[in-house]
Amino acid sequence: MRVSCLFIMVGVLFFSCKKTTVTPPEALPPIPASSTTGLSLSIKINHVVNGTPLVLGATSYTTASSDTFSVNALKYYFTNITLTNQAGEVITLPESYYLIDQGDSTSKIITLQNIPEGDYASISFMIGVDSHRNTSGAQTGALDPLKGMFWDWNTGYIMAKMEGSSPQSGSTTKTLAFHIGGYSGVNSGVRTVSLPLPTSAHVHPAHQPKIILSADLAKWFSSVTPISFATTYYVATINTKSKSIADNYATMFAVTSVIN
Amino acid sequence: MKKIFYIFFPLLVITACSVDPEIKPDLPFDGVKEIIPDGWPTPYYNFSNNPITPDKFILGRSLFYEPLFSLDNTISCGSCHQQFAAFAHSGHQFSHGVNGLLGKRNAPTLQNLTWNTSFFHDGGVNNIEVFPPAPITNPVEMDETLANVVQKISASTKYRDLFRKAYGDDTVTTQRMFKAIAQFMGTMYSYNSKYDKVKRGAEMFTAQEQSGYAVFSQKCASCHQEPLFSDYKFRNNGLSINPALKDSGRTHITGNIADLYKFKTPSLRNVEVSGPYMHDGRYQSLNDCLDHYTGSVVSSPTLDPSLNGGISLNTQEKSDIIVFLKTLTDHQFLTDKRYSESN
Repeated sequence: MRVSCLFIMVGVLFFSCKKTTVTPPEALPPIPASSTTGLSLSIKINHVVNGTPLVLGATSYTTASSDTFSVNALKYYFTNITLTNQAGEVITLPESYYLIDQGDSTSKIITLQNIPEGDYASISFMIGVDSHRNTSGAQTGALDPLKGMFWDWNTGYIMAKMEGSSPQSGSTTKTLAFHIGGYSGVNSGVRTVSLPLPTSAHVHPAHQPKIILSADLAKWFSSVTPISFATTYYVATINTKSKSIADNYATMFAVTSVIN
Repeated sequence: MKKIFYIFFPLLVITACSVDPEIKPDLPFDGVKEIIPDGWPTPYYNFSNNPITPDKFILGRSLFYEPLFSLDNTISCGSCHQQFAAFAHSGHQFSHGVNGLLGKRNAPTLQNLTWNTSFFHDGGVNNIEVFPPAPITNPVEMDETLANVVQKISASTKYRDLFRKAYGDDTVTTQRMFKAIAQFMGTMYSYNSKYDKVKRGAEMFTAQEQSGYAVFSQKCASCHQEPLFSDYKFRNNGLSINPALKDSGRTHITGNIADLYKFKTPSLRNVEVSGPYMHDGRYQSLNDCLDHYTGSVVSSPTLDPSLNGGISLNTQEKSDIIVFLKTLTDHQFLTDKRYSESN
């Protein structure tokens, strides 16, 4: 059992090393039965705005540009998860496609099954959906187009979506809508996030660790490129504005803690 | 009628045998399979992730003709894509959706779709399997939600049975629906026109068809490339801008002004029966189309370079081209019962 696990780990390692980009899950070999470790690791995501817990509805928040806003919806794809252990080996989670929805508390806890035993030093994932899944036809599960995160007129997933309102919005209805798409090219909305863990996540039969992440919505409108709602209030095509917001949201995650 | 059939039948068998011995006019369902006629390029879509089975094809056909896809259960894919018109909308410049609302582009033909590198006149859809959501959710077409469609189809005894046959259980998902529709639409093959039979050596062009073919090859085929009669590229063919539509074409997808007023080159297969013509259905006849190319091409920064100054054709050449284009009509395809609603 241990020997076969080792072989698989080595196999995974070679596979990962060959490619600089994240390998599309379909290209991965099927998981052999021997890799059914029964061990799990979970990820919990807390959404905040400037450190305050995000509440959908009337609650007002302020951007770095001093615009005030409230939030009706926050959804995004959290996909292509990999874990790197203390030895530097990368474990790629097959079929890791999750739609995170602030309005659905169960969506904010992801449980990853069959993780090889070990101490994990970092986690990496994509915000958005890889190019392969955007071009390979009808998908299901979290990627089902009926989830409302799919453009049917210009094929591709909405990687992340925020809707709300702001008195400073340039729209006559004072609404905000940011639907960030694009799976390729210079204005792509897909971002890969890699986060070192402050303490190792110890995956062991006696430990099913939990990684607590915080995602700060305020970063969407500051960090790399400041956004002013007077001029940027509706983004639903792939352009330099959507790219700027993607550059911004790439920085929204931080590791709060690891609970072993 | 019977006599005519008997006369044609041996011919069809002979020609069919030279390409694919299994394809006959009334092929049983288990004859559905991927076809690549001799000399054709490799299709862009293959069925490796969506293996063709008769039951999935039948499910896909049933869904294609299913009005439950629309908000008021009146409009199916087949409402605007009629077999006798090569699955274009016969006589309709624009098609009417639920509540009689009109779209702003002409319904294109559906045939040999696995060679298409993109779908819609502006190429916005990148895979045949994700073609259905746009017409289903478009307010001027079916105006329905995908969730409602799944619910309505799931509630149908007929579909529970069809899904069970196709997939082993009766769970309805958009993925299962779209893959089944892709099997039906993706196996709508038109390759038995007179042109094809001539190419296979089974028939001969008349003198006028031959002349038309010669002019076509010289003056039209750079975009309408054989054997599919399209290059699937996006080009501005010099149509005047319709101010009521303001259709930017490919730019709508790419955001690039260099793509303004460019639309995908349509295939000319079955063009005789698929009018009206152009992305906005502005021309009623093939003659109108040729008159455009000889007399009304509008110059603009994105006009296709091959159309600078239009195309020079005399009256005889136009007649000859039209006679040739009619050899692209594939009566077997237009009447093939496998594609028919009455199954």
